Amino acid sequence: MIDRNFSPVAGTEAPLSGTRRSLTFPSLSFGPINKFFEWFGDLGIFFWRVVHAAITPPFEFRELFRQLDEIGSMSLPLVALAGAATGVVLSLEARYSLTRFGAKSLLPAAIVFSVIHETGPIITGLVVSGRVGAGIGAELASMKVTEQIDAIEASAVSPCRLLAAPRILACILVLPLLTLAADFCGLFMGWVAQALVEPLSFHQFISAGFKGADFNDFLPPTFKTMMFGLIIGLIACFQGMRTQGGAAGVGRAATSSVVLSSLFVILADVVLVKLILIFFP
Amino acid sequence: MATIDQVLIQAALKPEEATKGSGVPAIAVDDLHKSFGSQKVLNGISVAVNRGETLAVLGRSGTGKSVLLRLIIGLEEPDSGSILIHGRDIAGLNLDQLCEIRMKMGFLFQHAALYDSLTVEENVGFPLVHHKKEMSKSERADRVKQLLAEVGMEGHLKKMPSDISGGMQKRVGLARALALEPDILLLDEPTAGLDPISSGEINDLVLKLQAEHHTASIVVTHDLHSAKTIADRLALLNEGDVVVQGSFEELQKSDIAFVQEFLGHS
Repeated sequence: MIDRNFSPVAGTEAPLSGTRRSLTFPSLSFGPINKFFEWFGDLGIFFWRVVHAAITPPFEFRELFRQLDEIGSMSLPLVALAGAATGVVLSLEARYSLTRFGAKSLLPAAIVFSVIHETGPIITGLVVSGRVGAGIGAELASMKVTEQIDAIEASAVSPCRLLAAPRILACILVLPLLTLAADFCGLFMGWVAQALVEPLSFHQFISAGFKGADFNDFLPPTFKTMMFGLIIGLIACFQGMRTQGGAAGVGRAATSSVVLSSLFVILADVVLVKLILIFFP
Repeated sequence: MATIDQVLIQAALKPEEATKGSGVPAIAVDDLHKSFGSQKVLNGISVAVNRGETLAVLGRSGTGKSVLLRLIIGLEEPDSGSILIHGRDIAGLNLDQLCEIRMKMGFLFQHAALYDSLTVEENVGFPLVHHKKEMSKSERADRVKQLLAEVGMEGHLKKMPSDISGGMQKRVGLARALALEPDILLLDEPTAGLDPISSGEINDLVLKLQAEHHTASIVVTHDLHSAKTIADRLALLNEGDVVVQGSFEELQKSDIAFVQEFLGHS
């Protein structure tokens, strides 16, 4: 039922259940505001159900491993490529700027700190939200419009447990690993770009770059991507499972999954950067 | 003879056992209302189906026939009214309790709703994998083969749903619905979109399964011939409520204009 087990029928354009309808404001002018808060309310309820499904048996390990492979290994080439390109661009731009201000010796440190603090995590978050967010959103939306999710519910199996929890958990676990890959590729290609202009060994580059750095520079930015994974998985599953309206609905779900997860990843990054600066100065 | 209180107490403890032969219907829907936004779909519908009985629900498109089935299995929540399964009201049940009830029901969706990433064998085995954990792999495989043999699909185990026809998908959907040996079978347009021969085969199959499993069934259909063949009783819906219910002969004798119009056009 809608209120007991997140029902795909409770979509954006979906009819509201009797209980919820009585809580809405009567005026038409409040419609968009109502929908805005309703979306967050539904997302909160969905999140709670996923948490409950994730921490209570039976656990869907098989589906979790399948998703780890699907989300992790399939995203690796794209993330690595994006990280590498970022490293090259950072190296070229930073070289130009630092040379102008007579701080060329800081170039390795500038690249290392930029990549591991911010560029690697956010690039990974955005690339995964594009690739995985669209994939999950479209897959679940397609299952929804063909009544496969209803069939799962009718078989007395929770779609949150079977479909949403493994995907969200996989996103959470995979994002830091992908971030490490993006960081490595970024640093490596940053060194290559530098070494092509001015000979420098990788060892020297890394030694100079990490001079003065500690775990607080490395661990919090990497692990903050777990939050990105939660956001991407949660929003993609939520948008997919509340889809309505055939093929057009599937397209809308895929698009909204990418747009919303990217937006929330960026917003979360702002908050997390501030928190990291406060707690890991 | 048991009093109604005794029956209901028993029903609460072990519903399907208690209600066998007790006179309590397997499905009892009373004064059910359901709206989607401003659109009223069900308007005080009441129907009851006993064990071993088949009720065909007929009516024009958009009169809430499929919604009725979705409400009975708990995929939708009614605005008001009650749904009793073996004497137990499903309103207010938590998810675990609702799942217990769903395990006693089989649902055939209009378009079969097979899982497109799973083979035919895995589709039929899906409820067994999740609810019969005590079964060994080989026992499960045997049960799946047996179910597929019942619906004449034993030669298609490894095929994907996209590789089989609509009629075959319906058969596989039916096998999946029967996997947990349900007391109640809900069939949403089992013959829709099928050629007359396939429709006839599905009708024969439903009758055969009905005879073997003695389930209480509700069949939603537009197909009057199919309804006449497989159902003990027919209920004709109009504007969200039952206009008339009874045997096909009783419907034919009805002097309600809508009934005659519907039968005349079917």
